Amino acid sequence: MAQASSLTRARRRSAWIFLAPMLAILAAVAGWPLLRTFYFGFTDASLSDLSTYHFIGIENFYAVYDGETYGLLTDPAWWQAVWNTLFFSVISVSLETALGMIVALVLNQNFRGRALVRAAVLIPWAIPTIVSARMWNWMLNDQFGIINDMLMKLGILSTPIAWTSSPEWAMSAVILVDVWKTTPFMALLILAALQMLPGDCYEAAKVDGIHPVRVFFKVTLPLIKPAVMVAVIFRALDALRVFDVIYVLTPNNPQTTTMSVYARQQLVDFQEVGYGSAASTLLFIVIAFCIMAYIMIGRVRLDEGGH
Amino acid sequence: MNTKLRKILPKAGFWLLVTVIVLFAVFPFYYAILTSFESGSGLFQVNYLPESVTLANYISVFKGQAFGHNIFNSVFVSFMVVALSLLLGVTASYALARVKFAGRGLLLLTILSVSMFPQVAVLSGMFELIRGVGLYNNMFGLAISYMMLTLPFTVWVLTAFMRELPRELEEAAVMDGASPWIIIRRVFLPVMWPAMVTTGLLAFIAAWNEFLFALTFTLTDDKRTVPVAIALISGASQHEMPWGNIMAASVIVTLPLIVLVLIFQRRIVSGLTAGAVKG
Repeated sequence: MAQASSLTRARRRSAWIFLAPMLAILAAVAGWPLLRTFYFGFTDASLSDLSTYHFIGIENFYAVYDGETYGLLTDPAWWQAVWNTLFFSVISVSLETALGMIVALVLNQNFRGRALVRAAVLIPWAIPTIVSARMWNWMLNDQFGIINDMLMKLGILSTPIAWTSSPEWAMSAVILVDVWKTTPFMALLILAALQMLPGDCYEAAKVDGIHPVRVFFKVTLPLIKPAVMVAVIFRALDALRVFDVIYVLTPNNPQTTTMSVYARQQLVDFQEVGYGSAASTLLFIVIAFCIMAYIMIGRVRLDEGGH
Repeated sequence: MNTKLRKILPKAGFWLLVTVIVLFAVFPFYYAILTSFESGSGLFQVNYLPESVTLANYISVFKGQAFGHNIFNSVFVSFMVVALSLLLGVTASYALARVKFAGRGLLLLTILSVSMFPQVAVLSGMFELIRGVGLYNNMFGLAISYMMLTLPFTVWVLTAFMRELPRELEEAAVMDGASPWIIIRRVFLPVMWPAMVTTGLLAFIAAWNEFLFALTFTLTDDKRTVPVAIALISGASQHEMPWGNIMAASVIVTLPLIVLVLIFQRRIVSGLTAGAVKG
C-alpha cells in the first residue's frame, strides 16, 4: 500500500516534469503576448519605439477632448469592421453548413468513384488560403477573368464586373472564396457524424416506405445535430478572426475590412500599437464569449477515460 | 415509360450534383495550372483548355527573386514546427492521458482555448517578445511563434488518442519499475505513430500556410515564407500584375500539399474529427 502510493506520487511528479516544457512554451508564446496586448491597449505605445509608452487609461476606447469624442467606440470605421465581421461570419458559415451538408450526404451514398469524389472535394481544403485568394483574384479579374467570361457567354452579364474592387461586390467575392475553401472541412465533419449513425432505423424507414426527405429531417438531422453544432461553432470562431483571404483578395477595401484586418492596420500600417491592441482586445472578448458557448454546447470530454 | 423515367430521373440528378461538386472543387486549381503554362498574350485571352504550354513563368519565378529562399524558409520552419510540436506534444499528452492529477481537466480546457485565440489578439505582445529576444526577421522566431498555433491541437489530439489505449499496455512496464521516459519511448511510441503522422501533417500544413505572423515578423525578401512571398508579388500597377508568375508560384507550393493530403486523406480526416467533433 505504501509502495503503491509512493509509486503514484512518483508518477505525478514525472507527469509535471513532462508537462512543464509544453506549458512553459505555451505561456511564453500565448499567455504572455496576450497579456501584453491587453496592457498595450491602455497605453499610447507606437511601433517605431516599443520601449517608451505611457499608461493612458481607457482613452483608446473612449475619450472626450473639448467636447469631441475619440476612441474605438466612437470610430465609425471600427463599427463598420464589426458589422463586416459579423456579416461575413453569419453568411459564410451558413452557406458552408448547408453546402457541406449536401456534399456529406452525397459522399455518404454508395456509388462508383466515391473515393475519387472525396479526394476532389478535399483539394480546396489542401490549398493554402493565400494561394486560393490569389487564384480567385485572377479568376475574378475584371478584364481577363474567366468568371466574367463565363457569365457573359451564358448571357447572365452584359458587361464585366470588377468583383474584388467594387464596393457592392467585394464582400460577395470574399464570401465566395471562403465558402469554396472551407466547405470541404464542414462536409468532412458532417460526413464523420453521418457514418456513426446506426443503420437499423434507416432500414425500418425504408420498409415503411417513408420518403427519404422526411427521413432526413425527422431522423438524420436530429441525430447529427450535436456534431453539426460543434462544427458550426468551430467554423464560426475561424470566421470571426478572418484575415488572410481579405488581406489578399480585397486589400484596403472598407467594405470588407474585418476586426482582424482593422486591428493589424492600426498596429502595423499606422504604427498605433496602443489603439490597435485595444481593437484586438475587443475582438478577443467577442471570441471568448464564443469559446464559452462552444465548451457548453460541445459538452467537451474532459476527464473521461485514463486511470 | 413513366416508371422508367421515375427511376432514371433521380439517378441523373444525383450524377449532375456529383459533377457540379467536383467541377466547383477542382476547376480553380485546374485553371491556375492552365494559366501558369501560358505567357505573353496568351494570358490575356480566356482559355478553357490548354492552348500553348511554356515553362517561362516557372523559370522567371526563380529568376531575380528570392523564391528559392522562400521555399527553403517554409520547409525549414515547417519541419522545425513539426519536430517541436511532436516532441512537446507526446511527452505532455502522456502526462495528460495516463496520469491522474488534480487540475487535469482545467489544464486541458486551457490548452484547448489557446487553439482558439485570434492571432491578432497576441500580435503586439508577440512582436515585442520576438524583437526583445532578437529573433525578428528570423526563421527561429517564426517557428517559436507558430507553437501557439500547433501545440494546442497536437496535445489535444495525442491525448485523445493515448487515452483510448488499454491500461495493460504499460502495466507490465510499470511493475518492472521502468521510468516514465522509458515507458513513453518503448511502450507508447511504437503504437503512437498513426496519431503522430496525423498531428504532424496537420502541424506541417498549419506552418506551411500561416500568413499573419510571417507577414508581420519578417522584413526582408530573403527571410519571407512562401505565402507571404506569393501575397506580395506585384506588378508596376494594378493592371500589370504578373499573373503567370503568381500562378506558377502558387502551383509549386500547392502541389506537394495536395499530394500529401490525398495520400494521407484518411488520417487527416480522422485527425480533424478527433480535434473538432470529439472536442
